[in-house]
Amino acid sequence: MVAAPAGVGPGLWVRLERAFDRAFGAAANPLRNLGTLGFLFFWVLAVTGIYLYVRFDTSIAGAYGSIDHLSRAEWYFGGVLRSVHRYAADAFIVVTLAHLAREWAAGRFRRFRAFTWISGVPLVWLLYASGIVGCWLVWDARAQFSATATAEWLDALPMFGGTLVRNFIFADSVNDRLFSLFVFLHVGLPLALLAGMWVHVQRLSQPRTLPPRALALGMLAMLLALAFAHPVQSGALANPARVPAALDLDWFVLFAHPLMYATSPGALWILVGAATAVLLGLPWLVRGAAPVAARVSLANCNGCGRCVADCPYQAVLLAPRSDGRPGRLAQVNAARCAACGICAGACPSSTPFRSARDLVSGIDLPDLTVHDLRRRLVAALGGSGILVFACEHAAKGEALARAGNEVLALPCIAMLPPSFIEYALRRGARGVFLLACREGECIYRLGTELTAARLAGRREPHLRPSVPRARVRVGDFGLGEEARALDALDAFASMLANGGNPHG
Amino acid sequence: MKALRFAAQLLLYVPLMALIGYFSTRPQFTVIGPDEALLRLSFTHAAAPVHACRKRSAEELAKLPPNMRAPLDCPRERVPLRVSLELDGREVFERTVPPAGLRRDGDATVYFRTAVPAGRHRVVVRMGDQPGGGFNYTKAATIDFAPGAAWVIDYRPSEGGFVLRG
Repeated sequence: MVAAPAGVGPGLWVRLERAFDRAFGAAANPLRNLGTLGFLFFWVLAVTGIYLYVRFDTSIAGAYGSIDHLSRAEWYFGGVLRSVHRYAADAFIVVTLAHLAREWAAGRFRRFRAFTWISGVPLVWLLYASGIVGCWLVWDARAQFSATATAEWLDALPMFGGTLVRNFIFADSVNDRLFSLFVFLHVGLPLALLAGMWVHVQRLSQPRTLPPRALALGMLAMLLALAFAHPVQSGALANPARVPAALDLDWFVLFAHPLMYATSPGALWILVGAATAVLLGLPWLVRGAAPVAARVSLANCNGCGRCVADCPYQAVLLAPRSDGRPGRLAQVNAARCAACGICAGACPSSTPFRSARDLVSGIDLPDLTVHDLRRRLVAALGGSGILVFACEHAAKGEALARAGNEVLALPCIAMLPPSFIEYALRRGARGVFLLACREGECIYRLGTELTAARLAGRREPHLRPSVPRARVRVGDFGLGEEARALDALDAFASMLANGGNPHG
Repeated sequence: MKALRFAAQLLLYVPLMALIGYFSTRPQFTVIGPDEALLRLSFTHAAAPVHACRKRSAEELAKLPPNMRAPLDCPRERVPLRVSLELDGREVFERTVPPAGLRRDGDATVYFRTAVPAGRHRVVVRMGDQPGGGFNYTKAATIDFAPGAAWVIDYRPSEGGFVLRG
């Protein structure tokens, strides 16, 4: 779903995603499911963590032994769960950072996406805090090192000023209560993380919070294979009187400790603080032109709610009508509106068959009204070619404008109400070709699948059954796939020339 | 075709597996060198007030509300703590630590860590907690630092001042 700027070919990441599509399919492509994989790993951590908590002895004498026992004496189950728990945490960090980098690279942090972006930033903190505290529960030499390093880092803050580290450097200051605190933190922080993840997806319609089954099973199998191939073991028991010369560090979770010792606690605070500030400030640092939000026509909106159901960013809500008539009215929150036009495509009043001279839809894009679309459609009819409705973010539609074909560009293919297809065919179009974004690459998330559902009759407004399906074709091709799109269009044209017979 | 896709998927899981498997324990992080030990100086101590208490006169006491007639007028603010640590005659740490708190009336906290080559070393720690800035507590000891040992110098008045633990 990473879009390249107009006039530029697909970037390296997009090419990588497409390569992965060939093995996994777009729906189950791990690179297109980084967010949902984060949720999956969270639940794996929760389930394995519950078992580990049941077996965990929250005492200074028992903490190390209880976990070490699982890895050695019960390696076939408890040990495997421990390893899966640890590797799921590592995988969670990998997919989270990749998710963050991917969304950043795609510019998905501005305006209507700002809430989702900003609410994601604290999740990185919570994820690391959960992981670091989890490392301490084992209470081996690595745990002691991490706890001490974290305390030294926090002690750089004036509010602590050097007192926290004293909890870990004297044998008599590490006690059972400390482990109760660790457990409290290792339960509380992930719960806060889960709450944050819930908030993170609140501005998305139909958010997916679990990957497709095939991908989920694949990832679980990978974690299990890793757990058997490279079981996690505790190091030596923590001893405040000893410092290990070398540690088997989990670099995914604990990379900040070496970074701090290579610089200083203050430098690490500056680095982390600056990174957080940049991430939080990104929506304001890189703004770009504001899209002109959709507008509602009081006279033409009947409050059916289809635009509310289809809006990918929950920018449309239903509110009491302001004209005194009973019922409700769509209301657009301009700050959340992406100006994709999906709402106009969903509106039952966006039908070109209406006799009104000035076609006004219940909800419309000021920059490209349904009336404009009908006018452009009528002007395009009468040629010998095929009528192409092309998403501006898919393969370049102008490449298809040849042999009499007419191309009408739309901000999103789901802006097209299905009735326009019927209208075009009735008015003499040989065929209608919808150029949609490649599966998984719709920059407005839902455009390609909403269009497919409407055409298949699974979602309103649907394409009427009486419309000859042989004269309608959907091609989903991303930027850089113009040649393939043209081949598909040519094949469609040949089929139409043969009277609808695909084999001639 | 399906088998080919399945094989391709397996092939793509392997790099992720290798990435996670490797970086979950490797490369090793060297905390201190193999022939080194760690010495920490860590303590919390409230230094003396910035000046001595002053006895209030009878007139002054009479002007105060009855519940506030404390005979001594003591300052809240404390002097900064002066600390110095010497290793084999070389000063490795010297700091003047201000007291905590908005009114500078809290404890001063000192924390310092340094790697020390294994072997016998002469350690001298000094602290000054009185107005004037001089050192009024000193502890000198010769410590045999074993490789990988972690020593802490703490200040515990109940145990007679500086204590060395390792």
